[in-house]
This record gives sequence, structure tokens and C-alpha cells, in this order.
Amino acid sequence: MSDGAGGTALELAGVFGQLSLVSIGGINTVLPELQRQVVDRHGWMTEGDFAALFALAQAAPGPNMLVSTLIGWHVAGLAGALAATAALVGPCAVLTWLVAGAWHRFRDRPWRLLVQAGLMPVTAGLVVAAAIVLSEATALSAGHALLTATAAVLLTATRLHPLWVLGAGATLGAAGLL
Amino acid sequence: MSEPTPPREPPTVAALFWGFASIGVIGFGGVLPWARRMMVEQRRWLTPAEFTDLLGLCQFLPGPNIVNLSVALGSRFRGIPGAAAALVGLISLPMVIVMALGAVYAAWSDHPVVARGAEGLAAAASGLVVATALKIASPLRGQWLGIGIALLVIAAIALLRLPLVPTMLAMAPLSILLHAWTRRA
Repeated sequence: MSDGAGGTALELAGVFGQLSLVSIGGINTVLPELQRQVVDRHGWMTEGDFAALFALAQAAPGPNMLVSTLIGWHVAGLAGALAATAALVGPCAVLTWLVAGAWHRFRDRPWRLLVQAGLMPVTAGLVVAAAIVLSEATALSAGHALLTATAAVLLTATRLHPLWVLGAGATLGAAGLL
Repeated sequence: MSEPTPPREPPTVAALFWGFASIGVIGFGGVLPWARRMMVEQRRWLTPAEFTDLLGLCQFLPGPNIVNLSVALGSRFRGIPGAAAALVGLISLPMVIVMALGAVYAAWSDHPVVARGAEGLAAAASGLVVATALKIASPLRGQWLGIGIALLVIAAIALLRLPLVPTMLAMAPLSILLHAWTRRA
């Protein structure tokens, strides 16, 4: 039921609501399906627009899932932005609320401690792996890679405020020194 | 670890809102590093081990980790009002910022200085994410089984580029079984 560029807030809510409860691991997991829905099925934007909006959501402060806000805004203005974001966030927020309460209530049970001990290294591995994949993507040159490594060492070994490091990175890049 | 809870004052609903608003607004390159810094190092709402535990739960639930983290933490301290305050604090200001950026994006994205600055910012942000990952992994120190499992996960995702969900669904039960087995032995 592709209807050209005339997407409504309701249709946006439908698209993002469907993806909410399958987005294990966050927005990146459902990105291919989101692109299929937004670009191919509904024809709301081109592939290039979609990639640009995602890059913008990554560069901006805040969670990367705010790409939903940008897509909604692009398609149907403020109502679209609110509908898309609420539809993406709402269902998983309710599920987390339900599960996290039980998780905390059972915190002293032996099985719960065992599950926690088992999940811990998987969590650590996932976070480190994501850091490696991200670092590879941003290492456009040897200079960028060196900047990433220096920033990692500084922020591990010192109590330097991270904003100084980010500001230095942006300045070095803008000055063409990387 | 069953929380040797030091007597901490639970944060108020307003503190939850402002705490998450503060990390939403400065969370360049992902919010997780700032979330850990705010919750563990600055406001001491959670110990490092509690943070990693809660993050582990949130990773296995659908939705962005950081959104789930805000809901889980807010509801633990202050029920539904706390969860709503943390979530709205986290995303409301960034939503405004991202829409404003979207409005000026078309005009400036082609400018070479802006593009190079954004690339430098992204590379530095990667360093921040690496430093945070090392902190999150640090409770594994000295636990050979945990280190081995973490390395397997890293190899699967970062080296072999296996998809996330099947990797999680395979490694989590394996890890739990191995931990159960070594405890019995």
C-alpha cells in the first residue's frame, strides 16, 4: 500500500511500532528492515536521504534511535516525529519496565545470580566488539586511528572530561590535521 | 553478587529527569559512555557491578540499551513516575536538537570544514566508546572463564561479523551453563 510521499503520522507509528519489540540490540538491528519499509515499501524518501538521516542521528547528541524522530519529521512534520519516536520507544519501554521489576525482585535467588554471572561476560564482549566495529568505521586515515587510540588511553588513564577530548578531535579534523 | 548496598539515598524523580537530560544533551557518539559516567562515577546511583548487571539485562531486551537502562533505573528507584522522568529526560531535548540539526543539515553538510570536523569528532568519540567498553569489562579481571567467553563474543561480532541476535542467543545460554558447571565442580 505504497502511497507515495503522503505518509501520515499513523502509518509512521505502524512502521516503527512493528519494529519496536524486535529491535534486540537497538536500532542498528532493525536498520535494514526500517530502510526497506521507509524507502522501498512506502517510498517516503530515497536511499540517500535515509543514509544521510541516519548519519545525522549518529553525529547528533542523544541516542542513535532518534533517527526515528528525523524520519518522522521528514515524512510528516512534528506530528510524524512524535508518532514515530513514541511508537519505537513505547512498547520496549513497557516491556523493560515489566522485566526489570522482576529482575530486581529476584536479585537474591540462586538462579538469578547464575544468569547474571553468565550474562556478564557476554555483555562485556558485546560492548567491546561494538567499540571495535565503531572504531574501524571512524578510522578513515592513520591520523583518525591514532586519534581514537589516544582518546581511549587518555580517557582510561586520566580523569579528563570527555568533552575536551571530543572538542580536540573536532578541532583537529576541521583544521585538516588528521 | 547480591548488592552489599551502601546506604544510598535513592534519587528523586526530578534528579532522574535532570540526570538523564544531562547525558542526552552531551551524548555525542552514543550515550552509553556518558550514562556510565553519570550513574556510576558522578552520582553513584549504581556500583560498577550493578551497572554492568543492569546493562546486561537491557541488552537482551528489545529496544535501544540506553532507553531500556533509563526505564529500568527510573522504575527501580521511583516506580512509573521515575521511569517516565528518566525516559523523557533522556530523549526530549535531543529530539529538539536533532530536528534543529536536520533543518540546517542540507545547507552545511557539503562544507569541507564541517565534514572534516565531524569526522574528527567521530574518531574521538570512538576512543571514548573504547575507554567505556574497557571499564565495563573490567569486573572480569581474574575470571578466566568470563574472559574466554567475552573473547569468543568479540571474535564472533568484530572479527567474523556474525549477526548480533543469533550470537547473543547462542552465547548467553552457553555462558550460563558453563558458569553453573564450574560452580558445581
